Amino acid sequence: MNERNERIHGVACTFRRPSDVFHAAERVRDAGWKCWDVHTPFPIHGMDQAMGLPRSPVPRLTLLGGVTGFLTGCLLTWYMNSYDYPLIVGGKPYWSVIFPFPVLYECTILFAAFGTFFGQFIFNRLPHHHHPLFDLPQFSRVSDDAFMIVLEARDPNFHLDESRNFLLSLGGQEITVIRD
Amino acid sequence: MAHAHDSSQERPAILDKVRPAELPRAKLILNDRSFHWITDKVCGIVEEPTPTWWKVLFCAALFIASFTFIGMAYLVSTGTGTWGLRSPVGWGWAIVNFVFWVGIGHAGTLISAILCLLRQKWRTSINRAAEAMTIFAVMCAGLFPLFHVGRVWFAWWLFPIPNQNGIWPQFRSPLEWDVFAVSTYFTVSTLFWYMGMIPDLGAIRDRAKTWWRKAFYSLLAMGWRGGNRQWSNFEMAYLLLAGLSTPLVLSVHTIVSFDFAVSNVPGWHTTIFPPYFVAGAIFSGFAMVLTLMLPLRAIYRLHDVINQYHIDNMCKIILATGSMVGYAYATEFFIAAYSGNAYEKFAFINRAFGQYAWAYWIMVSCNVITPQLFWFKKVRENHSLVWIICLFVNVGMWFERFVITVTSLANDYLPSSWGYYSPTIVDIFTFFGTFGFFSVLFLLFIRFLPLLPIAELKIVSPQADPHAH
Repeated sequence: MNERNERIHGVACTFRRPSDVFHAAERVRDAGWKCWDVHTPFPIHGMDQAMGLPRSPVPRLTLLGGVTGFLTGCLLTWYMNSYDYPLIVGGKPYWSVIFPFPVLYECTILFAAFGTFFGQFIFNRLPHHHHPLFDLPQFSRVSDDAFMIVLEARDPNFHLDESRNFLLSLGGQEITVIRD
Repeated sequence: MAHAHDSSQERPAILDKVRPAELPRAKLILNDRSFHWITDKVCGIVEEPTPTWWKVLFCAALFIASFTFIGMAYLVSTGTGTWGLRSPVGWGWAIVNFVFWVGIGHAGTLISAILCLLRQKWRTSINRAAEAMTIFAVMCAGLFPLFHVGRVWFAWWLFPIPNQNGIWPQFRSPLEWDVFAVSTYFTVSTLFWYMGMIPDLGAIRDRAKTWWRKAFYSLLAMGWRGGNRQWSNFEMAYLLLAGLSTPLVLSVHTIVSFDFAVSNVPGWHTTIFPPYFVAGAIFSGFAMVLTLMLPLRAIYRLHDVINQYHIDNMCKIILATGSMVGYAYATEFFIAAYSGNAYEKFAFINRAFGQYAWAYWIMVSCNVITPQLFWFKKVRENHSLVWIICLFVNVGMWFERFVITVTSLANDYLPSSWGYYSPTIVDIFTFFGTFGFFSVLFLLFIRFLPLLPIAELKIVSPQADPHAH
């Protein structure tokens, strides 16, 4: 890392086919890079393994949401129909897990869905409207039919000229320096 | 074990070499369209100048939608008597319309959730529009029970919010379960729909020319960058939401059927109701998907992405669920006869031959007989005929809910309190208006949001395979 890298976000290059970017990603992974990403118009099958990414942590928040939802449902129905304003209906117990089960079931799904939905945003760090990548002219093609590898400057492997040559050796085109 | 292993090695090979059979899969995208073609096709719908047909339809839909809102305003200012509800039929068209619209929504969730888990790739061409249909149908559905409570300004008492009377909702009531089921269904469907749309909104954002388009779609796309680290979380969340929506497909209409089945009115108090309602919901929902998608396919020339294979599959689902519904009608009759319960027997004989026999036979001919035409390939390939059959299914499923709701209430235990229910002009206009309300929302969706899932269509095209050369 040298001083002029401070204002540099990284280097980017584009590929034209999914197979090209897939094999390039395997080589970046094998070179030991940690701060880099592959930008694609659609999720490429097997890319997580090609990049060496761990399993997504989203399910943890789904589970947390589901458990919270179930307990919230229990608390809600118990507090309202049994504690705060006990209702006698048909001589049945004030509260059991059986009669409000549809409510508990729906609360579980609702909160688990919230956990999943917001989990996706939290782990993806979205919304994020200002990003150096949006200034690249070729980045607008990434949502269409271009595939892009970005090596970030915060990776210890990063050195401007070496990283550019590395991308060139991977077969990348339009190698561009991204400035912050 | 060792002995068995040895003998298997000694066994001579039947074939010298195993040659896997060549079974080509049906193509989901015809004419080998490129990624760019897909982006262009779907974004083009949003980017083109507003077509004249859209403006005409939008004005017509707004006009028709006003019927609902004028009808509701009249109801609120006058009273629920304007809906033709009186003893013994307290659940007239309002509940019929509610069940009808909620049922339509189920196809969207089935396509987005269950078919996703079953890896039915053909779903990608229709899932976005079907999910939009779900959300708008649930919005139409929600209006009816909301205003059916009579004093709509007290409808919030249904929610677990403290009120000045110090009382709470009663969680033993299926109507209260319905509040939770339908509001959860609406919320989860909306989250799922929006989350699935984020990458496509990003694609529209990246092509936007004017600053307001850029601003509008940037805001909606949340700064999506399509990095694989984002896709990894996105795909996991998508799969989990599909998994979470799957029990919703089955539970929402189950709970709607509990509104009937938990009571002890003859003809309603049956255990077959939940599965029978769910099958009927999917049946009517797919009919609605085809009713909407066939014209859109023709207008926007989507023949390469919604091809005969997609239409065949949807027709076959309609055939399967329609047959299930027909089977359920027969089972109801059998169980009524077998039960030995005089009231139950009467309820079913009365349905088929009583004062509402006309409605019953419309239901049977539209729901049981018409979809059987889908056995024939010639019929499935004639898209005008498919569209007309789907309209029949929509009509038939509305009549199914009418028959269930009204016949059982109009002629229950006490002959002295029997009656004949007819809707008023307010009922008819309010219901008719919801088609306008639905169309307004759907037309806005077509105009401003990606009609087909761009990223998912690219996944199912053959060139997306990273191992293909």
